[in-house]
Amino acid sequence: MEQTKIEAGFQSDAKKEPRRIVFITRNTSAKVQDDRGPKLMTYPNLLVREAIVFEVLVVIMVLIALFWDAPLEQLANPLLTPNPAKAPWYFLGLQELLHFFPPFVAGILIPTLVLLALVVIPYFKVNVEGKPLWEEHPKKRAGIVVAVILTLLVLLAVFDAWTIIVPTAAVSVLLLSSYQSKASRGWLAVLRRKPLSWWIMTWFIATAICLTVVGTFFRGPGWSWIWPWGTHAG
Amino acid sequence: MPTPFNAALEDLRTTRVWKSIFRRGPANSNRTRSIAVFGNLFLHWLPVKVREKSLRVRAAYYLGSLSFLLFIMLVVTGVLLMFYYHPAVPNAYRDMKDLQFVVSNGVFLRNMHRLGAHLMVLLVFWHMFHVFYRGGYKPPHEFNWVIGVLLLLVTLFLSYTGYLLPWDQLAFWAVTVGTNIISAMPVIGRKVRFVALGGNIVGENALLRFYVLHVVILPLLAFLFIGVHFWRVQKDGGLTVRPTRDEDGTNKD
Repeated sequence: MEQTKIEAGFQSDAKKEPRRIVFITRNTSAKVQDDRGPKLMTYPNLLVREAIVFEVLVVIMVLIALFWDAPLEQLANPLLTPNPAKAPWYFLGLQELLHFFPPFVAGILIPTLVLLALVVIPYFKVNVEGKPLWEEHPKKRAGIVVAVILTLLVLLAVFDAWTIIVPTAAVSVLLLSSYQSKASRGWLAVLRRKPLSWWIMTWFIATAICLTVVGTFFRGPGWSWIWPWGTHAG
Repeated sequence: MPTPFNAALEDLRTTRVWKSIFRRGPANSNRTRSIAVFGNLFLHWLPVKVREKSLRVRAAYYLGSLSFLLFIMLVVTGVLLMFYYHPAVPNAYRDMKDLQFVVSNGVFLRNMHRLGAHLMVLLVFWHMFHVFYRGGYKPPHEFNWVIGVLLLLVTLFLSYTGYLLPWDQLAFWAVTVGTNIISAMPVIGRKVRFVALGGNIVGENALLRFYVLHVVILPLLAFLFIGVHFWRVQKDGGLTVRPTRDEDGTNKD
């Protein structure tokens, strides 16, 4: 039975759509493709929403653009290097990496590997069902996880890369407390149901955000640590 | 309740001229509403029907739509900015000053373009992470995820090439720092950097190259990939939404 939330004009030509009953991919069990709810006509339901979203976006942007001016510094001068010279904010994570690792590793190797990792995500057919990390062989897996985390932390410590160590340690604490937890509800129980891919992506995002924020707000002359509210030369 | 305005609109939609433009009369049945979508060049890449669940704000926070709408806004404000811009040294910088002091609403125009660019980078990242956590990359959406990664790259390059164009200290040194990383590439690093900059330093040639990339090549690539991206969303069966019922049959809603 099709039910439309938004009534629009006549309810004619209502037709049931064919339903997919079962969905089988290689290496997985037969999975019931559940009913994903009724469908509505794109015209007008989606188009009206898109228009509203666009209008809200424009209003918010105009309000911000009226009061927040784009910066314009002095004419470019190749002989006058600012200290620090910073890239746009979305590359400051990379610049923070350059502070710790050799240029080839930070500037070429890591971005290339991240990009490759992103591309292969959908083709990396391990645990398609998204089974929780601690569901099978929890003891053995916890051992491997602890070994990997310790190796990573030691490696990062060798390079003094503590702005990566902090988010890595934070995510590790969450990961291991989800292993220890016996709770059946609450946020620890939610974390306990997460698959390994969730943990890797969360670690990646936490690290990326930490590096970007530090690079943007906490780095001053010679890439030294500064406080954004403090006064500093330059 | 049909108001006089609605009635007039309804009448308008039955005229021959309206029908000749939109290839249909009023969209008052599901058949004509379908034609309104697939019979329209600008809408035909949308599905005729969408899942009610994928329309909910929490389904995707409209992040993909917002990214696309920002792209459109950036094209509009960008074309307007092009009327006032010369990709040359030091004219580029003078044009920034003109925007500030001579052109009516020049600062506002530049603010909108810059704000839109930063927002777009932010929202494209957020969109990607949200799709990951939703499992939106899973079959049959694999290839659309890859297109999405390409779109992220195009977005970053668009933003980065635009960063140089004001030709102030901020722009110059940000691009110098960034392109220095290219030379760390083994063997071909310096050559690649030379090609990217049209020389060994960030100079007039680099400005021209970044400008052409920014206003022609990258927007065309973005447009192409966005088209494929949307089209694939439709072909792959719409957004990934959580099933209404769990496997044990309990209703989640």
